[in-house]
Amino acid sequence: MKRVAICSTGIANIASVQAGFKRTGAESFLTEDADVLASADYVMLPGVGSFNAGVERIDSLGLREALIERIESDKPTMAICLGLQLLSEESEEGAGVGLGVLPQKVERFTDSVRVPQFGWNQVEARGSGYLEAGWAYFANSYCLREVPAEWNPAYATYDDRFVAAIERGRVLACQFHPELSGPWGIALMKRWLEG
Amino acid sequence: MLASRIIPCLDVSNGRVVKGIKFQGLRDTGDPADLGGAYEAQGADELVFLDVSATVESRDTQLDTVRKVRERMSIPITVGGGVRKVEDARALLEAGADKVSMNTAAVLNPELITEVAEQFGRQCTVVAVDAKRTEDSWEVVVSGGRKPTGKDALDWIEEAANRGAGEILLTSWDQDGTRSGYDLDLLKAASERVQVPIIASGGAASSQHLFEALQAGADAVLAASIFHDGDMTVGDVKRELAEMGVRVRP
Repeated sequence: MKRVAICSTGIANIASVQAGFKRTGAESFLTEDADVLASADYVMLPGVGSFNAGVERIDSLGLREALIERIESDKPTMAICLGLQLLSEESEEGAGVGLGVLPQKVERFTDSVRVPQFGWNQVEARGSGYLEAGWAYFANSYCLREVPAEWNPAYATYDDRFVAAIERGRVLACQFHPELSGPWGIALMKRWLEG
Repeated sequence: MLASRIIPCLDVSNGRVVKGIKFQGLRDTGDPADLGGAYEAQGADELVFLDVSATVESRDTQLDTVRKVRERMSIPITVGGGVRKVEDARALLEAGADKVSMNTAAVLNPELITEVAEQFGRQCTVVAVDAKRTEDSWEVVVSGGRKPTGKDALDWIEEAANRGAGEILLTSWDQDGTRSGYDLDLLKAASERVQVPIIASGGAASSQHLFEALQAGADAVLAASIFHDGDMTVGDVKRELAEMGVRVRP
């Protein structure tokens, strides 16, 4: 059975993520051990709370290098919501240095829309990797607008176009919550697990 | 673009779903996990589940129910009822809730909203407001509508949002259980006052009522008896709303 190491950056909806993996037929477990994260077959970086809290948690546990190394060496790694934002360099949400895998700054949605964005939005994907078009559940106040060329993006539109998810090889990062996006989201998790 | 959310609500007491008129005269209509799973299959966008009898003694039952519902569902679950301190919120989130809703305890101790938002994030923090019409505004009522608080509902909604509420579950105490439609003036006033999403609650009996609430400014509509009675599925309602021009997730 496939086993997913969930990086324990806080609690929030970890139970939903674990229930989601269970539906795909995989097992998951929580860890805050850098060695486990470095060697695990699959790693999930969930997103809870604020950008600063997430960065501080990663650094206080000494997980920064293990996470960057996984992503740069194309080991199966998934990030959800704040997890995606933590891959960037910085965020308008506050000070704190992200993992820097993406040379981008996370921006807040503009005041022309309700913030946070809560609910289902339509994802447009080109379908060359794991990502497919469909409806996904979002719960975010901040987002990325662009990604580097080596990443395959999927976009959605709220106040303006924003990054709904990105993928590069075995690394998948979703601004939406696949574990809360019904059968479409569970199928995405399954495709990622199956490589 | 974002779709308007259709949210069935399950009132739960001791692990069973009930729905009464104005929260009195409860009658038993089923198992929360069965109903939740059925609603997800029908196309529900989220599920709200309120423990209407939440007491310290029923806490374990409530957590057990949340676990069972979570196992069956892959859409967001909001749980409310009996959240009095940060530890209550944590227990619900660990059991499988995605958001926790606070009502009376937040009115008595507004700092609770701040603490929950700081601990778990705005996206987990829902404040439920029960509002009752006064001559020229609305007053917050608590304890199942029995106790007036003297607080202006719109001011309270604004304070809750400023303290970290990610959305407001706004129930019209005058309309709840009447099946005569939502309090549209309340929804309009509330949605203009704050930037966070407003979930309309109280009074829905038809797709037309849901449509009116969304037109008035609600971002999501919550309904219970309209779906529980089995007259209409969530899918039926969504099709009707789509025909009226509302953007819904198919």
